Amino acid sequence: MLLAKFKDEVEEILSRYPVKRSALLPLLNLAQREEGFVSEPAMRDIAKVLELTPPQVFETVTFYTMFNLKPIGKFHLQVCKSLMCALVRSDDVVTWISKRLNITPGHTTPDNNFTLSVVECLGSCGTGPMMQVNDDYYEQLTEEKVARVLEDLARDGVCSLKSGPYMYPMPLSQS
Amino acid sequence: MPQYEKILLKNMEQPGYTGSLADYEKTGGYQAFRKVLKDMQPDQVIEEVKKSSLRGRGGAGFPTGMKWGFIPKDHPGPKYLCCNADESEPGTFKDRQLMERDPHQMLEGMAITCFAIGAETAYVYIRGEFRLGAKILNKAVEEANAAGYLGKNVLGTGRTINIYIHAGAGAYICGEETALLESLEGKRGQPRFKPPFPATHGLYQMPTVVNNVETMANIPHIMNRGGEWFAGIGSPPKSCGTRIFCLSGHVMRPGNYEVPMGITFREFIYDIGGGMRSDKPIKAFIPGGASAPFLTPEHVDVKMDFESVAMAGSMLGSGGVTVMEEGTSMVWAALRLMEFFYHESCGKCTPCREGSSWLTQILQRIWTKQGRQGDLDLLTELCKNIAGRTICAFGEAEVGPIQSTLHHFRHEYEDLIREADVMRPKSKEIPVFNP
Repeated sequence: MLLAKFKDEVEEILSRYPVKRSALLPLLNLAQREEGFVSEPAMRDIAKVLELTPPQVFETVTFYTMFNLKPIGKFHLQVCKSLMCALVRSDDVVTWISKRLNITPGHTTPDNNFTLSVVECLGSCGTGPMMQVNDDYYEQLTEEKVARVLEDLARDGVCSLKSGPYMYPMPLSQS
Repeated sequence: MPQYEKILLKNMEQPGYTGSLADYEKTGGYQAFRKVLKDMQPDQVIEEVKKSSLRGRGGAGFPTGMKWGFIPKDHPGPKYLCCNADESEPGTFKDRQLMERDPHQMLEGMAITCFAIGAETAYVYIRGEFRLGAKILNKAVEEANAAGYLGKNVLGTGRTINIYIHAGAGAYICGEETALLESLEGKRGQPRFKPPFPATHGLYQMPTVVNNVETMANIPHIMNRGGEWFAGIGSPPKSCGTRIFCLSGHVMRPGNYEVPMGITFREFIYDIGGGMRSDKPIKAFIPGGASAPFLTPEHVDVKMDFESVAMAGSMLGSGGVTVMEEGTSMVWAALRLMEFFYHESCGKCTPCREGSSWLTQILQRIWTKQGRQGDLDLLTELCKNIAGRTICAFGEAEVGPIQSTLHHFRHEYEDLIREADVMRPKSKEIPVFNP
């Protein structure tokens, strides 16, 4: 069982809340972190730990866009398409990625490396266009930058272009 | 570029400032909390915040001191504080900077708030996508626990204050305070009917205060320098203090800028933001996040405070200013925002759930030149039937972009529908709608 593997972490999470059900999102996040998506066994497992019925877990999972109900690629490319990013041409970013990887939004490359999604605002409007890849943000994207991110990720699994603690604009004393 | 005294961004703009506890203490961090614990009663803290006229920075602008004052003092059970770090209003990205660059500032504010309202447990509800922010906050809480600022027996006073970081999972509506509470309880994030208000029946039906990150970050400064000092900044008496406004769109220098409330949009967009990025003039701007109705160039001399923006027919909201240059289609802009609202409607109230999908479809067909005569009346009618008929303010928010663009730029809609008329085949066949 997934949760048995992380007994200490699960207990730490449960200790934060006076009501067990509150631990649902943190546990689902944990499950997704480990498996890449929220599987049915994981949901049943979580239901048991939190003393919920499986439908109670499922109804909650389906409400939140970040939970994947089926496996996705190793890297989940999520490009923001909301107005603020669209004004600075986020649609081009989707085109660049689509062309490069030969997939359309909602699909995964045959090697299972990349899944492309188009999502709503990720809170990075001043530094758009941007995308989130797994846990990391990549901002102020250009065609070259997108190409490098995709190359680096495919080759090394990491890319140094990811954003650090956010500050924009940088004050003159630090830039 | 005019210079204003910075309050919230001051620390993080120092060279070499990392946001660690040691750095924060060096700049006088946690002195306010020490002072409050040593010299003040909870009531005095609330009075001081009332005196400062601080208003919530999340969007609604509710007076913070008054909110705290609603918490029943004689309640026998636990009380809670929730810090709203769900920041998902398109156009807003200030909380992210406050959390990732200076986490202790908001934690100190939360600790003081816990003292004032008598809460022992506080949660930071941070949007799921901010993985880095959650990591930084978790580390900061650990540091503060180890230093005795948080945890059991805070600074030797015997008081308990625990702060936990709770990550969401991608739902705009969880920024609405009652939806946030539902989500924190592990349910679908759908707003609750009010009353009862969270002040009496909040998290687990206990008295709860929900405050935005920027609101929390202001508290230590108010305690250090006094409510009167704060009330003298900005645009008194109703819009006091500085605000971090987020600038995005077609401008030269987008980003977060902390300025006193009450400067004009002209100063903000042109002097501070460097003006338009090309030689195209400004066509429209959104003054306060996606939920705020559009304003036009004739409004650039409006002051950036709650009342002035409301008088101009929009709202200051979350402080996200988005600027659009000449040549941007307003129908397209409204459609983009509408698609956002359609995606994010939680589905609880019928007018919003069905209406957002209907509005999106109509805008899509107008934009793809398949609009019909009568579509504009239909849009107007639908908007009227959504706003004010939903549990939360999402209803008003989603019709804002459409109503305001219809008001200011109706001719763009009409032009597109006229084009559709010309292109439509003149046969007696029933037209088929292809989305």
